[in-house]
Amino acid sequence: MTEDPLADSITPTMPRNGAASDVVLEVSDLTVGFPSDDGLVQAVRGVSYGLRRGEVLGIVGESGSGKSVTSLAVMGLLPGNAKVSGSVRFGGKELLRAPEAELNKVRGRNVAMIFQDPMTSLNPVYSIGFQVAEAVRAHHNVSKAAALDRAAELLELVRIPNPRQRLENYPHEMSGGMRQRVVIAIAMANNPDVIIADEPTTALDVTVQAQIMESLQLAQQETGAAMVLITHDLGVIAGQADRVMVMYAGKLVEVGTAEDVFYTPRMPYTFGLLGSLPRLDRPSERLTPIQGAPPSVVNMPPGCPFTPRCPLSVAVCEEVEPALAPTTGPEHLAACHRSDALVGATPGDVFETDVVDTEALAHFVRKTEGQA
Amino acid sequence: MSAPAMHESGSAATDPEPILSARNLVKHFPIRSTGLVRRQVGVVHAVCDVSFDLTPGETLGLVGESGCGKSTTARLVLNLIEATSGQVFYNGTDLTTLPSKKMRELRRDLQIVFQDPYASLDPRMPVNEIVAEPLRIHGRYDDAGKTQVRDLLRTVGLKPEHGNRFPHEFSGGQRQRIGVARALALRPKVLVLDEPVSALDVSIQAGVLNLLDELQSELGLSYLFVSHDLSVVRHTADRIAVMYLGRIVETGTASELFEGPAHPYTQALISAIPLPDPRKQRARERITVVGDVPSPADPPSGCRFRTRCPKFAAELSDAERGRCVDVVPELVDRGQGHPAACHYAERKVLI
Repeated sequence: MTEDPLADSITPTMPRNGAASDVVLEVSDLTVGFPSDDGLVQAVRGVSYGLRRGEVLGIVGESGSGKSVTSLAVMGLLPGNAKVSGSVRFGGKELLRAPEAELNKVRGRNVAMIFQDPMTSLNPVYSIGFQVAEAVRAHHNVSKAAALDRAAELLELVRIPNPRQRLENYPHEMSGGMRQRVVIAIAMANNPDVIIADEPTTALDVTVQAQIMESLQLAQQETGAAMVLITHDLGVIAGQADRVMVMYAGKLVEVGTAEDVFYTPRMPYTFGLLGSLPRLDRPSERLTPIQGAPPSVVNMPPGCPFTPRCPLSVAVCEEVEPALAPTTGPEHLAACHRSDALVGATPGDVFETDVVDTEALAHFVRKTEGQA
Repeated sequence: MSAPAMHESGSAATDPEPILSARNLVKHFPIRSTGLVRRQVGVVHAVCDVSFDLTPGETLGLVGESGCGKSTTARLVLNLIEATSGQVFYNGTDLTTLPSKKMRELRRDLQIVFQDPYASLDPRMPVNEIVAEPLRIHGRYDDAGKTQVRDLLRTVGLKPEHGNRFPHEFSGGQRQRIGVARALALRPKVLVLDEPVSALDVSIQAGVLNLLDELQSELGLSYLFVSHDLSVVRHTADRIAVMYLGRIVETGTASELFEGPAHPYTQALISAIPLPDPRKQRARERITVVGDVPSPADPPSGCRFRTRCPKFAAELSDAERGRCVDVVPELVDRGQGHPAACHYAERKVLI
């Protein structure tokens, strides 16, 4: 994994000020809303980041946090009713309001995307070979035979056995893991500068998941592309990402290197999330569930959206939504009024671990014993 | 949390009597041809010769990837599907030969919580009714029924005043709690938990796991915990059985299994789970397996894992491989401290 030099790099919240040449994809103040009967669903609320050449940027968050919508907006793949504002610049070119023809030149060529479900992202009525070759021919003027040769090469790269024979297979003839490899091959086809992988391993079994992560790493090294890795699995992020962004209710709430975020989290949400993970590498400790549920992103009240679930919340949290601010270092940002309170704390200190009404349980036990 | 090792029933005088035990369970599902005459053309070997014991107050984790037969095993244990052969004993009674009337009585003691909290609750029933249903079915819903339901809801951390609401008004975690309340209604001794937290986000999942933990210690329940997630199983289970293609390939206490896995499949499985710790995760030894799980309709001869086994592929000589192809490895202790079904089992430290 390449480690970015911390010295002359820019903070991800203000990519424009830096205008450093190593930023390939620049997202600033991206906001996405969907009109609904109840009001505007604010799926993404002002997300800014700069993706540097060759790095792996992880985006974590629970379902509904807006992590997928962010990347769909970057690719210009949102439905027509979505209200998108802000700016997405690839190599200095604005993508957000670009005409479809312009976008088609970038999509697949410079910025490639890998979706979660390989079952639905491949076309069931075309052969694998056709679909991989199609990606090659979309951006390069080569013969069909040459494109198929390239397709076989790509399939071999992602470790599909007998790639020549596999070209004639249809998606339904392949297992989930194989299909996802084909999708990765398609993403690699044009040596993109950016690969966006949206939950690439979620639908797969663990042993296959490990194989796919390996293929993905390989694809990234082979093409030298920067990668945006979107997942809810903190383990995958810990193993792959150079930098991590944590999303909650449509906003970035913590940004930093993997080590910053995993070892010294400064946002109670990240803190609770890490404490709520059962761990493979040590005997069980008490988990720290985060009380309540993520907020509805329709008609959001002012203040920090995590306030109702936050054990550290104070009056100001209900009034002012905190902005991302530097914490342990200039590169490690957190959006929290109380981030100082997390210094040196353990999740068990901060979060309540009791989930049961103890009195009710005791009553229930007495009655059970009475019946027995 | 680690309970003393209890592998074979009655192997030592100090072992408590198992409350539930499975003996040589086999389940085959027929594959039928399409067309008018649906002849049987094959058989899916879903569960093959699975045996285990569950002692009172203990959690036994059953782990494996999709299609390994763990859910089928859970359903066989509850007699929800008929076993092809083998027995299930609950307190000494063989459930597989029990008349259905007797079985119904025993179901009070054996309850299940399903994976999908969206599909396992009737959307047209208010929560009070969902929780009261088992009581009504077993004729236990009397004058105090309403209070009982309120108590149950409070016990699992829900507000009793929400009892008139319908399932769709609750979040995933709350729905799973409703499922737990329903399973507890008849005050069972054994709970089968079939992937109880797989559909939930991690921060919600932790709450349900803590709840199950507290219920177990207060009520002395025994859990058969079925899951594909090794981290969750390590957290909850006292003992663990790892399944692959219908067979148990390794079993032991949680610490034995995670600190020194002996079967190549268990090793691969543990190695495939990413740790949420950047330094540790990047420094780990990786054992990767190739390919996908073979079809259970035509499982490999001998050891079922041999087609994907890294040891078979890289370390063994041709003569040694012959044994993997011809002989089904027995689930016995080969000097690793716990049973593993591999001819060439070898402890490895992976975490």
